[in-house]
This record gives sequence, structure tokens and C-alpha cells, in this order.
Amino acid sequence: MKGRIFNRRTAVVVFAIFLVAYPFLVGQSSYFMGLAAMTAIFAIAAMSLNLLTGYGGQISVGQGGFLMLGTYTVAVLSAKLDMPIWVTIPAAGMVASVVSLIVGLPAVRLKGHFLAVATLGFGLSIPEIALNWKSVTEGYSGLPMTRPDAVSSDLAFFYVILAVTMIVTWILLNISNSRLGRAFLAIRDSEIAAAATGINVAGYKTIMFMIAAFFTGIGGGLYAYWIEYVSPNDFTIMTSFFLLAMIVVGGLASIWGAIVGAILFTVIPHFADVYVGMTNLLIGVAVILIILFRPAGLISIGEIFRKNRKGQNTKAEPERFEQSSAKEVPDVKI
Amino acid sequence: MEQIIVSGLIFGCVYGLAALGLVLIFRTTGLVNFAHGEMAMVTTFVAFTFLSYFQLSFFISFFLAIVFAALFGIAIYFLLIRRVGDASHLNQLVLTLGIFLAIHGIAGLIWGHTPASFPRALKGGPIQLGPIFISPNELFVLFVTFILASTLFVLFRFTRVGLAMRASSQDLTAARLMGINVNFVFMVTWASGSILGGIAGLLTAPFTFLGVSMMYDVLIMAFAAAVLAGFLSLPGAVFGGLIIGVFGNLVSYYWAPEMALVCTFVLIIVVLYIRPQGIFSAPEAIKKV
Repeated sequence: MKGRIFNRRTAVVVFAIFLVAYPFLVGQSSYFMGLAAMTAIFAIAAMSLNLLTGYGGQISVGQGGFLMLGTYTVAVLSAKLDMPIWVTIPAAGMVASVVSLIVGLPAVRLKGHFLAVATLGFGLSIPEIALNWKSVTEGYSGLPMTRPDAVSSDLAFFYVILAVTMIVTWILLNISNSRLGRAFLAIRDSEIAAAATGINVAGYKTIMFMIAAFFTGIGGGLYAYWIEYVSPNDFTIMTSFFLLAMIVVGGLASIWGAIVGAILFTVIPHFADVYVGMTNLLIGVAVILIILFRPAGLISIGEIFRKNRKGQNTKAEPERFEQSSAKEVPDVKI
Repeated sequence: MEQIIVSGLIFGCVYGLAALGLVLIFRTTGLVNFAHGEMAMVTTFVAFTFLSYFQLSFFISFFLAIVFAALFGIAIYFLLIRRVGDASHLNQLVLTLGIFLAIHGIAGLIWGHTPASFPRALKGGPIQLGPIFISPNELFVLFVTFILASTLFVLFRFTRVGLAMRASSQDLTAARLMGINVNFVFMVTWASGSILGGIAGLLTAPFTFLGVSMMYDVLIMAFAAAVLAGFLSLPGAVFGGLIIGVFGNLVSYYWAPEMALVCTFVLIIVVLYIRPQGIFSAPEAIKKV
């Protein structure tokens, strides 16, 4: 057990060193740095969504809406009110989590498909509102903005994004291993049992929504600074679909799974964008194949090797998820 | 005013038909089909291919497209959906999202991304009925919706297949024990759901345009209608569709077309807050821990 943790820690350190060295490995090409920056932003959003969906069992099909809330909060505060980055980025998170409270209010009472459709409506509505609320958002034309002077170059801001992503990853890892994370798992497995053991289900669900929205909003804020331009077409409902697909493909209830998903979903468009519509096709096929053949996500591929080596099933969070959500009644075949 | 309500009802019929397919599939198989709109889009394109490439008449193409829709639904069920029958809701939902994306991509490769126009079922100028004008094509939409909704109601209520569907939706294991061929029931469900979606697509295309993204709005409004119906009530789905259609049309006329979607979802959030199980469904009893 000890050896395995050490291995994972080494892997994380090696990965972090790789990320720090990344801009120099690609010769500071702004295209490849942009690809990595988008991966980081999607990773933040996917990790937050995984806390909500993977750990908490609350399906949200509108997480792209929170990204957009983050971008617009940052853009409005910095372009119109001239506020510094250390105000706008946390503000992006705050605005997203306050809005999530409004969305979460009915959502706390909803389950499964109803929740999915309610959040779908949210994800669809935010771009429409951004388009129509012209006095604040400038509608179609969008809002241009500039990075702060201290980190105005691509390279400097890449490291800002990297640092924020690492901090968010660390916080989310800690949340998922805390009392809060265990309460989320309990709610996911059975709300009634969770309530019976003294977990305030409605309260924890609200907290879940707020945490997920907060970090997603921050991700959106980083996006606004990276692109230096915000428009209603940045995050559509497709983004929300992709985020959901990322966590399922990567691995549910696993922070690392979300990161794997985010990397995969930025790499596929990079190769597939040559043809119109090819991205959707490839991502769709990838999702179908993974759901059919590796329902616990790509992250579970590692478990196969580990199992073979150790001859026993070590800690496998995603697989536990599968078992717990399988049918209570055994299937009778006639 | 009357004119806006009537045209809202026409859109509402299309939403209602699409919602019927969604609710039918959900009720029987417990799965929300995000690929519903894209399956309908493919059916519409197939009809268009028969119309323009093979130069068949409208109604023959319509009929052939419906046959295709049924086979397509069965194929999707047998090849993909059946394999995740026991998986979690989230995995099922994401699988349908994957199908949605894949179909979208494939259709784009086959039929291209340029929108085309789709002929109307019945030609002719608008007829005046009191204060409102209505075109023969719009009457056709109303008529088809009415016929389909009542056929489905009869099928569900009075036939053996309908009984088997209701039994499977209540308790799959018990239904199997009673000798119901659940696979067959699900197959029929997917075929009917796909047909309903396909007809909704065929009815939408003349109003909007024919393109790979044509069913987005319809699907979203159908989801809204299905939620109003609590995802369980078949007549509720049609009424939900009509409500959404009229409501959306009123908003887009008196405020802004883009706000129709936003207001519809505000309406849904309010409805769900008051009645989490939807307007037309009975409260669900909590059965097991």
C-alpha cells in the first residue's frame, strides 16, 4: 500500500514537472500553449463537475453555463469597472456559486432526469441571456479585455493558469477525501440512508452545487483572461455535454479521471478539426465505446495492471460506483 | 393574439410528438434519450433523399421514412442501448449523448452542413377560420398529431403489447417472470419512440429548414414538455408540448424570440419547484432504501 502511494506521488510530481516545462518543450508555440491552457480550464470544470456528479450523484447537463458566468463576470468587472485580477477571479467564482444557489434551489428537490433537464435549461439559457442583455454584455459583439500587466505575456499567464489549476486540484482532492466528500458519496449511494445517518441531504446538495459552480466559475474567469475576449458563443450547451462526457470517459468519482477526460477531449478536436463535424463524430464514438466496454472510465485501465500485479483488487472507486448503482433486484433470465 | 396562439399550438404539436417519443421510451425503459432529436433528423434526411434523389411522391417518402425510423430505433436499441440495460442512469444518459454526437457527425459527413428546404405536405394558401389564418400544412400537422396521440393512447391502454409495456415499466423482473418478452417490448418501444420523433422531424422540416442541427430546438422544447408531463404521462406529454408551444410563441412575440427558451426554462424551474414530479404525474412514493 505504501509503495503504491509513493508511486502515485512520483507520477504526480513527474506530471507537474512536465507541465512546468511544457511551454519550453513546444518552443513556446502559442497554439500548443493555448491547447494546454484550454485543457487546464476544462480540467478545472470537469473536476468540479466530477465532485457534483461522480461523488454526489447529481447529474448536471448545464455546467457550461457556469463557465460562461465566470467569463462574463471577469470581463465585465475588468473591462467596464477596471478591477484587478485578484478581485475578478474570486468574484467569478462567487457569482457562479450564488447563481448555482438559485438553480440549485429546485434542483435540490429533483432527482436524476428531472435534474438533468433543469440544468440543461440553465446551460441553454445563459448564452441566450448573454446575447440579449446588451447593456452589460454587448450582445453578439462580445467584450474585449486585457490581461494584467504583470502577467501579460502568454507564457506568464500560462503559469498563472497552471498554478490555479494545481491549487484547485489540491483543494478538490482534499474535499473529496474529507467529511464533505464522504457525505457526498453517502448521498449518491442512497439519499434515504444518508438522511437516516444524520446527513443533511438538502444542505449538502446545495453545498455541492455551490462548490462545483465556484471552481467552474474560476475556470471561466481564467478563460476570459487567456483569450482576452468574451462572447456568447464561447461555451454552448455542447461544452456542457462535453464536460459530462469527459468525466464519464475519464472516470467517475475520480479527480484524476476528470483530468484524463479533459486532456482527451482537447486532444481529439486538435486532430479532428480538419474536417467539419469530425470532432463530434470521434468524441461520440469514443464515448459510446468507453461506456460499452469500460464503464468505469479510462482511469480504470490502470486497475487492470494493478490487479494483475498484486493479485487482488486494490482501491477501485469507480468500480464501487458501478456496483452500488446497479440494480437492487437480481436479474432473472428466463 | 389568436393567430399567435394558433401558431403556438402548431409548434406545440411538434414538441408534443417529440416529447411523446421521449416519454414513451423513458416510461418503458427508464432511459432519457438525448439522441432522440438526432435520430429524428436522420429520418427526415432519409425522407428527403427519397423525395429528391429517387423522386418519389411526398406520402410514399413519408411512409418509407417511417419504416426506416422504426428499423433505426430497433438497431440503436439492439446494438447499443441493450448493453447498458443494467448500468447506472448516468452511464445510460452519457451513452445517448455519445450517440447524439456520433449521429450528428455521421449525418454531417453524409448530407453536408448546408441547410436545404423541405417541401410541405399539403400545398395551398392559408384558409381563414374566423379571426385566424391557417394553412393546409398546419392543419395536416394538427391532424397527424391528433391521430398519433390517440393511436398511441389506444395501443398503450387496450392492446397486449401496451399492457406488456406498462408491466415492464412497473417492474422488469416481475414482467419477465410473467412470461413477457421484455426484449420484444423494448424493441417495440424504441421503434415507436423513433417513429414519433421521426414524424416530429418530418413535420418540423418544412417550417424551419433541413439541416443537421434542425432538431436542437425541438428536442430541447420536447424535453421541457416531457418534464412538465413528469416524464411519465403520455397525454401529459402532448399537453405539455402544447403549453410550451403557446407559451414560447407568446414570449417571442411580446418580448424577444431568443428569450422564449429562457422563459420556458424559468417556467419549468418554477413548476418543478412547486411540483417536483411534474404537472401531470402523481407523486412518486419512496419505496426502498
